[in-house]
This record gives sequence, C-alpha cells and structure tokens, in this order.
Amino acid sequence: MTTTTPAAAASPPLSWNFYGRDPEDLQITADPGPGPRALTPAAEAGRGIRVCVVDSGVEPDHPLVGPLDGSWAAVKDEDGEIRIVPSTRGDVCGHGTACASIIRRAAPGVSLHSVRVLGARFSGSGEILVAGLRWAVRQRFDVINLSLSTTRTRFAEELHALADEAYFARTVIVASAHNTPVESFPWRFASVISVGSHGEDDPELYLYNPAPPVEFFAPGQNVTVGWLRGTTIRTTGNSFATPYVAGLCARILSEHPGMTTFQLKNALYLAAANVRLVDSDPGR
Amino acid sequence: MPSDHTAAAQADPSALELLQSVVEVARAIFGARASSVFLLDEAADELVFQAVSGEGEDFLVGRRFPAHSGIAGWVASTGEPMVVDDLTGNAAFDRAFAESTAYTPDALMAAPLVHGDRILGVLEVLDPAPQARSSLPELELLALFARQAAAALRVVLAHRAEAGIGADPRRRADAVRLVGELERLLLEAL
Repeated sequence: MTTTTPAAAASPPLSWNFYGRDPEDLQITADPGPGPRALTPAAEAGRGIRVCVVDSGVEPDHPLVGPLDGSWAAVKDEDGEIRIVPSTRGDVCGHGTACASIIRRAAPGVSLHSVRVLGARFSGSGEILVAGLRWAVRQRFDVINLSLSTTRTRFAEELHALADEAYFARTVIVASAHNTPVESFPWRFASVISVGSHGEDDPELYLYNPAPPVEFFAPGQNVTVGWLRGTTIRTTGNSFATPYVAGLCARILSEHPGMTTFQLKNALYLAAANVRLVDSDPGR
Repeated sequence: MPSDHTAAAQADPSALELLQSVVEVARAIFGARASSVFLLDEAADELVFQAVSGEGEDFLVGRRFPAHSGIAGWVASTGEPMVVDDLTGNAAFDRAFAESTAYTPDALMAAPLVHGDRILGVLEVLDPAPQARSSLPELELLALFARQAAAALRVVLAHRAEAGIGADPRRRADAVRLVGELERLLLEAL
C-alpha cells in the first residue's frame, strides 16, 4: 500500500495587525451569495464540489452512491504511526455508505471521496478519527461530512484547532451532534456546521436552531439510505441528518464557489424554513 | 436462563443476574422479540454475547464476533446509538452471523453501554414493537436505559465476589480476563 502525502497547502503568513499596509492591498471580490441566478438543475447539483465522508468507508458503485472518486483509510502501523492509505475495502459497517447515499441524493453532481476512520482496533480510535479528519482538511476538500464525534476530552483541543484550520481554509466540516445529551466533539465548535435530527416527514425540511450549539436540524428519522452490498435500510439518528446538510452546502458552494464558510453558514441560516427576514419597511 | 453461562458470568453471578435483568427489561420496554448485551473484550478485539432474552437465549451467550463488524460494531466504535429497519432481505446485515444465530431480525435498536468516555459494550433490542421503532424518543430511551445498565454494571463489578468460577480452565481464564478488563476500564473512567 502507498502512503499518501497530504497536499502541501501554502499557508499565508499570519497577521496580527494591519500596520504599514494599504487598504488597497486588501481588496476582496466577494461572492454575493444566493440571489436571482438560476440554480443548477437538480441532476447536476453540487457539480464541481469535492465532498469527503469521514466514516466507516463507503461502498463504491452502490446504486444510491454511484462512483467514488477516492477511497482511503486511516490505519495505525506497528510503530503506532497513523497513515492514510488507499483502500479498496469499502465499508466495514454500512454507516458511511448511508451518509454518502444521502449526500448523493441531495447533491447528485458532487465528487465523492471517503476516508475510513473506523474498523481498526479500539485502542487509538480517537487518534485515528483525528488523523483522518486532519488528512481530509489538508486535502482541501470543499465539504467534509463527519457523522461521528468523540467523547474523549483529550482530543477536544486538537479537534478544535483542526476545525478552525478548516474554517479558515474554506473547508466546511458538517458534523453530527451526538444522539444523546453528552459532551462530544467536534460538533460543539462554532467553526463547524453542526446538525441534529428533526422528526418531521418532509425530506427537504431543515431548520435553524436558535439555541445552539446544534445549529441546524434536518431529516434524520426513518430515512431510507444505502447500506452494504447495494441494499437499502431505513434508519434514524443525527448521523443521517448531517449528510443532508452537507449536500446542501455542496449545492450552494457549487453555485457560489467563492463563498467563505461564514457566508455559507449565513446562507443556510437565511434559507432555513423557520427563519423569516424582518421587514425593514413594514408600512410599504 | 441461558443453558450455557459464560465463564465470565459464572465468575460473577451478580453481574450475570444484572445483565440478564437488563435484557429482559429492555425486551419488555420495547415489546421486542429479543434483546442482547454484548460486552467488549478489548484484548481480543471482540464483542461477546453476555446475556440474551428471547430468540437465541439458549445458545448465544458466550459467542464472539469481531468488535468492528456490523451495527453493534459501529455502536461500540462510536458510542452512538442506532436504529435500523427493513433488515429482512438485506444481504448485508451480517448474514452469516445472523444465520448462525438462527434468527434474522427485521428491525434493530442498539445503544452503547458507556461509563465515562469508555465503551463497555452494546445493548441491542431486536424487532421492537412497531410503535417503538424508528423514533428519536425511543432511541433516546434506549440510550438512557443503556446508560443506567452500564452504571449498574459498574456497581456490581465493584462489589463482585471472588468465588464461583466455573470448571473449564479456558473459559475461566477468559472470564477472569474479561471481568478484569472491565474493572480496569471502569477504574480508568472514574
């Protein structure tokens, strides 16, 4: 197997102030965000966007998933070093395939990738999650779906730094809230987009939560998803609400590739079914 | 009661009684055809059927399978509960394993037995009554019950008696190791 080298991302110099430079040096062409432009036809929604599913692997060519453009696994070698290697093992459980099938349904045109962080021995599973996520962030995927979290607080600081790194690099981490009321990470961090389930039947309904840390609620109850060996099941949980929002992110980014992560989050916020814009001129 | 108690349970009758009670209550709460508790054997990287109520209770206790396979494996790996439906006819549902248990469920709920940030095992409910299926409140209820079960297990193991170990030396060694492993995990989590 081959060890991969994450794409060398050229880091801009850090800046703590703006002395000695001119505002003209800092001109930015911003994407205006969703506006009157026609959306991409549904069959191509998400075109040009690279989405990585960090999970149990993804079954390639599943009828609900289609082609995978990359499949990797985080593995720990005998020396304890974690490497990211190409993987043809597919999915060890079905969970990653389920997530990928939801992303494909929401954004059929995306380029899908997988990095498997489950399926190794228990010891070090938190480390493997962090390593797989770090690799995905440094590959500069546009969207990372993380329907997982860790309750182990010793990984919280590292995950926090990683979430911020992704945020500044315009890689959107869409992360599941835990299904039970416990502390876990990284969904708690403001630099990711966190998702929980609602219990409504509408498969396209998503809501903004005015009482974060869970920021959005999406369909996660009784969802039909892809599973192993080309099959489907119905399942329930925040894990399956998350990829729907990841797919929405891909759709928006496909139309507005220059968006920053905070713009993207704002676009999701404004388009949520329960968010109404204040009428600035109520007498009109 | 299972006819083939695991050596681990023989080593600790209180733990056996507790876990058997857990699966029987879980089965009753959800109107299920069966319920099982798997404990995680970290050293062997396996999940072990430790208590079963309903289908398979006569022969499943003591069986082992890889700790990362299937839905129970995912739950044990991630600490997240999970509900799945429409498993019948699903060739992927650990078919060989399910057939070896002589029973393939159509629906399954599973929640981790956690203590602190450690996973002790998995509580599974097979074919819960239709009204108990696939709803978030039921998933939360199962997770809450699993948490209580894990806490009770911790208490029982903390006060376990040393006597009562079975005759089979291999099983006895397995049992001592498994219980010791659990105790270690629990102590680390405290």
